[in-house]
Amino acid sequence: MSDSTTAAPTEKLTKKQLKADHPTWCPACGDFAVLASFFNVVQKLGIPHEKICVVAGIGCSSRFPYFVNAHGIHFIHGRALPLATGISLSRPDLHVFVFGGDGDGFSIGGNHLNHAARKNVNLSYVVMDNFVYGLTKNQTSPTTPIGRKSKTDPRGAIDRPINPMAQLVASGATFIARSHAAQVKHMNEMFERAILHPGFSVVETLSECTMFYPGAFDDGNPRKGGAFELVDEETQEMDSIEAAMGLTADLSPGKFGVYYETQRPTKNELEREWLTDAQSKIGDATQKDLLRQRFASMR
Amino acid sequence: MSQTTAPSSDTIRNAVIRLAGNSQDGIQSIGAFLGQLAGSTAQDVMTYMTIPSTISGGPSIFQVHLGSGEVLHPGDEADTLVAFYQHSYDGHLHTLKDGGICFYDSDNVEELKEERGIIHIGVPFTSATIEAIGGNAKSRGKNIFVLGLLCAVYQLDRERISEIMSAKFGKKSEDILRNVMLAFDAGYAWPVHDIEHMPMAPGENAAEKRLSTDGNTMLALGLIAGGVRYGAGYPITPWTSIMEFLRSELPKYNGMFIQCEDELAAVSMAIGAAYSGHLAITGSSGPGLALKSEAVGYACMAEIPLIVVNIQRGGPSTGLPTSVEQSDLMQAIYGSPGDAPRIVLAPRDVEDCFYTAIEACRLAKKYSTPVLILSDQAIATRLEAFEEPDLEKHWVEPTLDLTEEDADWKPYPLDKITRHSSPGSRSSQEKYPVVTGLEHDEWGHPSGNPLNHEKMTAKRRDKLIDLANSLPTPEVHGETSGSLLFVGWGSTYGPIKEATDRMISEGHKVGSINLRHVHPLPNGLTDLFEQYDHILVPEMNDSGLYGYGQLATLLRAKTCNGKIESVNKVQGISFRVLEIVTAAEALIAKA
Repeated sequence: MSDSTTAAPTEKLTKKQLKADHPTWCPACGDFAVLASFFNVVQKLGIPHEKICVVAGIGCSSRFPYFVNAHGIHFIHGRALPLATGISLSRPDLHVFVFGGDGDGFSIGGNHLNHAARKNVNLSYVVMDNFVYGLTKNQTSPTTPIGRKSKTDPRGAIDRPINPMAQLVASGATFIARSHAAQVKHMNEMFERAILHPGFSVVETLSECTMFYPGAFDDGNPRKGGAFELVDEETQEMDSIEAAMGLTADLSPGKFGVYYETQRPTKNELEREWLTDAQSKIGDATQKDLLRQRFASMR
Repeated sequence: MSQTTAPSSDTIRNAVIRLAGNSQDGIQSIGAFLGQLAGSTAQDVMTYMTIPSTISGGPSIFQVHLGSGEVLHPGDEADTLVAFYQHSYDGHLHTLKDGGICFYDSDNVEELKEERGIIHIGVPFTSATIEAIGGNAKSRGKNIFVLGLLCAVYQLDRERISEIMSAKFGKKSEDILRNVMLAFDAGYAWPVHDIEHMPMAPGENAAEKRLSTDGNTMLALGLIAGGVRYGAGYPITPWTSIMEFLRSELPKYNGMFIQCEDELAAVSMAIGAAYSGHLAITGSSGPGLALKSEAVGYACMAEIPLIVVNIQRGGPSTGLPTSVEQSDLMQAIYGSPGDAPRIVLAPRDVEDCFYTAIEACRLAKKYSTPVLILSDQAIATRLEAFEEPDLEKHWVEPTLDLTEEDADWKPYPLDKITRHSSPGSRSSQEKYPVVTGLEHDEWGHPSGNPLNHEKMTAKRRDKLIDLANSLPTPEVHGETSGSLLFVGWGSTYGPIKEATDRMISEGHKVGSINLRHVHPLPNGLTDLFEQYDHILVPEMNDSGLYGYGQLATLLRAKTCNGKIESVNKVQGISFRVLEIVTAAEALIAKA
């Protein structure tokens, strides 16, 4: 999303101003790094404090709003995106950030992801994907790899995991990126670009659950012997669906960076256009006059 | 109740006309024209229709009750039946009163049943329309031919109805308007020698400005007048026409209505707009309300002002999608996990939809909580005529409050009603709130403290008790004490009021009330009920396992009054006046 970031940053927020409750996450949880990165970017972009709006559904990562000192709303499981859509459409002055996990976004809220993406609602969405249900203590999630054992799959997961990146490309999101919570600089860059993008921007961030799925993302972490391979934006055709789909073929660990980026009118712009048109046709009539005219047509 | 419609040259005060055909024949538009005509000629009107819940139409009826004075119901039995097909004739002749008149399309109806003194008048609707319009016209326009015929028989205001038709069809094309007028004139001039014309008496509702429309339109207009500018929904019968209307209208009022991917998204999006500081609405019919119930419970917990409309239909599950029922009362009041108190209002007729919507807006803001409006399929789709609302009195200007919060402001104070700080509002202490569905302390921090949960539960409940304390006892129609009090809610208002009048005229000491506020209930009911020997609650829902309808069950719980009894109907159609009178007389006789 974009919009009022262009307003001259008057006084930059300090980390102290942005911090709220100490996170209730487990020690070394990947989500700490996501939170730190969010603070970095919000500070850098100079977003006015009262214009920050942090939205989440249910899950470990969805506790996010309590840890940010900003207007926040902690909603029900899976419905953060439609709630955030209501905020974004009715309050274009706000910066709407949605945080959540793989269960919230890809399972119980899966339908809303498709529709928020195709409508190109102006907001930024960070999915902290840990491949497991953590808050309810180790059940299979929609991104759990086949064979991985959990309390609901004691013999190992048997269902093919969804491919979030392919789904986002197919649904029509206009900015799709992938990052890793162990790569703070990369996260900063992805978040910043997502925030500056006009429209529906998503960053899937692999964020390790140290309690129930330790080591899940070691293969993407050079410090743990993995490979953090970046998308080459010089050679990648950024607004090509086919090229983006090509990147989604192998996500273990896959490439990191922006998979797809394009410009398309946002839902916000298209709806506002109708409002502006309707308003221009009305002329000097007050809203009360309009209703009176309506009554007159019903006599 | 139609008082007199015997064929005579005297004027008549009431006429119940039942049009039976197929839904694609445009019989609804005959009814709509008659309704609009009544509204603009100081007459009163109420309509009733059935719509097949099939895709491509099918047998359908439209009944119009015209009256010079007040019309309270669509009519127990028809004075005049217009049958377009053999199946219409066979299926609806029994709804015609003894000695009534049946106009039938002699091109389609062949076998007549001579019974109960019914006067049959065959008119070739189809061929006469084709002949009148000429060219390659098919039978389209036979509805207008019938309209002309009825205008002649009842001596309705021909000039006014021509104006109404010109306004409706003139915009489309001159050709269409010409054909419409040809069909109308042919019907108007058709000789019906077997009966005399029955001129309607002049209308007595001489209020300067009268409107005629349906309940869903009036509900949508009431929401706009009450300050709603944002909303979201998903199509479901019979709620859909409200969302269609708001989708088209709200942009003119600088607002927005969004069609969502499902019911869950719709309620969530509305809550998003409400959290943002706007008055917002979502709505549905029974099954959709069930899908929204988790989020409505969230709005109770997080104390978000939200308006939720439910246009009730026959249930459970997909049930009877195009029929009327009042079986969502318990769902509206209790349909969320946990103790989730919310306000529930019910409009009694089309006009009342407007004022109930405004009341819902007021209460949602005042108590920062969801308000459900329970209308029903009958009110939603029928036409009525009534006085134009006075906007000077009722208009509410929408506001977006973004004032900076003082140091002592808290989102969830225990000693005050919650008033949220909308995003975008600065905080003088630079301390911003989280709105939440987790149990929370006064600052919105999650809290599992046992005593805190009890206090917060009480806080959310007590504001509704505060509302109950402020509600006046509903005004009694009829006797304020005596043998029986009818208690109704929603669209049973008309038939109950008429039943009350009829029983009083027969010497019974009865009264009736209609409850707009069904949750919380007004406190004065307990004392009021003491004034009568019997309390009878007519409801369009099942008497359940314990023998009482949904409102009756609540009234018994609230008042501990063992005299409360139910009369229930679940046929997907409204009460006939006679059914209510019969049940009341039986109850009185039993004692």
